[in-house]
Amino acid sequence: MMRTRVVAAVALLCAACGSGRKAGEVRNQLRISIAGDPKSFDPLQAIEDSSDTVRYLTSGVLLRVNRATDALEPELAESWKMSDDGRTISFHLRPGLKFSDNSPLDANDVARTLRRALDPKTASPFGDTFAGNPTITVSSPLDITIAYAGPKPGLDRLFDTLPIAPAKLATLPASAGPFYYSDYRPGEYVMLSRNPNYWKHDSSGKQLPYLDSVRVAIQGNRDVEVEKFLRGEQDIVARLEPASFDRIEKAKPGSAHSLGPSMDSESMWFNESPGGSLPAWKRKWFQSAAFRHAVSLAINREDIARVVFGGRAHPSAGPVSPANKFWFNASLKPLPYDEMAAMKALTSEGFTQQTGGLRDAAGHPVEFSLITNGGNAVREHMAPLIQADLAKLGMKVNVVTLDFNSLVDRIVKSFNYEAVLLSMNIETDPIEVMNVWMSSGDHHAWNLLEKTPATPWEARIDELEKIQATSGSRDVRKKAFDEVQKIAVDEEPIIYLVNPDALCAIAPNLKGTQPSVAPPSVWWNVEWLRFE
Amino acid sequence: MIWVRRAAIVILILVALGALFGPAFAPYSYGEQFRDAPSALPGGRFLLGTDQIGRDYFSRLLYATRISIVLAPAAAAVSIVLALLIAPLGAGRGLLRPAVSVFTTICLALPWIFLFIILRAELPLNTSPVLSVLATFALMGVAGWAWPARVFAAEIGRMENSGWLLHARACGIPAKRIAIVHAWQHLRSVALAQFRVLVPAYILAEASLGLLGLGVPEPLPSWGNLLGDLRHPDLVRANPWIMAPLVLLILVMICLETLGSAPMGEIE
Repeated sequence: MMRTRVVAAVALLCAACGSGRKAGEVRNQLRISIAGDPKSFDPLQAIEDSSDTVRYLTSGVLLRVNRATDALEPELAESWKMSDDGRTISFHLRPGLKFSDNSPLDANDVARTLRRALDPKTASPFGDTFAGNPTITVSSPLDITIAYAGPKPGLDRLFDTLPIAPAKLATLPASAGPFYYSDYRPGEYVMLSRNPNYWKHDSSGKQLPYLDSVRVAIQGNRDVEVEKFLRGEQDIVARLEPASFDRIEKAKPGSAHSLGPSMDSESMWFNESPGGSLPAWKRKWFQSAAFRHAVSLAINREDIARVVFGGRAHPSAGPVSPANKFWFNASLKPLPYDEMAAMKALTSEGFTQQTGGLRDAAGHPVEFSLITNGGNAVREHMAPLIQADLAKLGMKVNVVTLDFNSLVDRIVKSFNYEAVLLSMNIETDPIEVMNVWMSSGDHHAWNLLEKTPATPWEARIDELEKIQATSGSRDVRKKAFDEVQKIAVDEEPIIYLVNPDALCAIAPNLKGTQPSVAPPSVWWNVEWLRFE
Repeated sequence: MIWVRRAAIVILILVALGALFGPAFAPYSYGEQFRDAPSALPGGRFLLGTDQIGRDYFSRLLYATRISIVLAPAAAAVSIVLALLIAPLGAGRGLLRPAVSVFTTICLALPWIFLFIILRAELPLNTSPVLSVLATFALMGVAGWAWPARVFAAEIGRMENSGWLLHARACGIPAKRIAIVHAWQHLRSVALAQFRVLVPAYILAEASLGLLGLGVPEPLPSWGNLLGDLRHPDLVRANPWIMAPLVLLILVMICLETLGSAPMGEIE
């Protein structure tokens, strides 16, 4: 009996020591993961995902897009006003703002941040976002006006991303957001602590954030992330594979969340570029809209969604995912699987089915390679499905998995490829992917060497993109981009296949989350998150 | 432990027979997709279940075993032949001896896995899956000569001062005949031992390349690309039978290692 009591007492002592808190006390640290060490803690240098995640959690911005409602809300700016032509925006800041190191934050900090972002020496990704040589005028410590001479579509929404940085940039810089950097162990974690000077309060007057800290573990393996979540060592998994989703749902019912179609689009396209070693007769196939359309018709998107994604994906209707509610052209529907129609389209171009497979009008057998990145389980499974579907038409598809760098090198440098399977996303505003759709764009995927429109439909897209990029009216831009989407679906330079569902896992005792498909999906309102 | 070795030989013969003739009895083609039954459980329709895109796992395993079991020994044979051609040059006189030694050392020091990745990336994209497999194993065979060559060079070095060689030379036997008839008798057992070491090494090398997604291309199966699914613990947990190629690989490796460690006379 005595022995049992001693063991119980030791166990209780160990439990108390292990958890580091008293019985009944709620842990107030959020634990999440990023895939690698942030390349920079300078908020203006957040280029890759890891830096961008910690940038989001620490940065104070003037305005924020509410990911749940898509409405623009005031943050460091108490109010703002846009001119009718959409070229000028004026902000009035909240009084008494401070960075986490107690230094004051005023309009001069905003002006300095913007000027530094625009300085080519900084090489900041925000430099491109705010490009256009704006005039920045600070009229009082609380008032600032930014004016562009030319059109700047969606100007107000751009300020959702611009982190206002302090004058002195330490290794771990101070912040005006809900958290500041308090510790960093390379390869282990980034520790973020509650900013005591954060301006936001809840309706009862309690200062936000509710959480004391966020421990951002550096963890490159998604499977390990899932294991940690199941063991209760991590509170959020922001992106889940379908298999992990089912497992979490089984082990911790109510923890796995499906947010519907994500912004991602799995897609394939053919190399239409005159560079590289592609023979002219093969390029002719790829430049034929009927050939591309036949390939598109012959791929069973429903099967891909059901077999590869376990039903947690939806056939794509076009370049924009339905998750992007404002920009999605709702009149577009996914192309149904139709082998007969595919064959008819090929016949109209002179292709014939002969013994040994499909041949073009000149007698060349239809054979091409489909490259994708090795190690990506989803694409490694999609490729054989596409291969089998196209084999029914008599096409021979050679699936080749390459390491990612070799793949990119072939697409953007050597142009030595025939077809590629990758994802192509439009996350928020189509202005971000203008360089894909403009014929002279440097990411004009199917023909990177194009300088002027090679086809009438590309010329029309160029016209529409110019309207889209210059109009101050969101509705005019939407109308123009709707037509771009329609042309993209009719001509299919990129064959959109499926939109995988956005899947995430959230610990049941974490409250206040409003998961959204727009990044950062789960912790976009981190200041309101709390444990119960 | 002669019975252990006999058991190893029996198992290897059974696996080899299964690899050679099994595909003829495979219930389905290795590439046939049953899209109504992805990740199906083992049962009457599919003996070992199906993979994620509904391909019969048992049929794929039979074909994969053929590829790994037939091509790994072929690649090992290429390495041994190359080593047997190069090693005697290192036993020569003058500059050739250090030159061959340095060249062998350089080849041993090269990070072959990265070279394979680069090479795979540079192969023509429309190489057929079968040709791609042959190229992969051929490259392994060509790349792997340096290890046995080093052993053969040492063995040839020992022979140079042996009594039988001096006696043969004194009797006026031509060098060509000494090499083919007498020296080969001494090298043969070393060559066979090296062959037994290289076969499992190449099976594992293909498996490693397959794990990186750079080995045998779709839809052709190999132990390597079947083992690729083991990268995802969720899949393994849901479909534990996908470990079947791993079990087979371990069994074959144990048998080969058992034979590899046996004195030559016992096996012969």
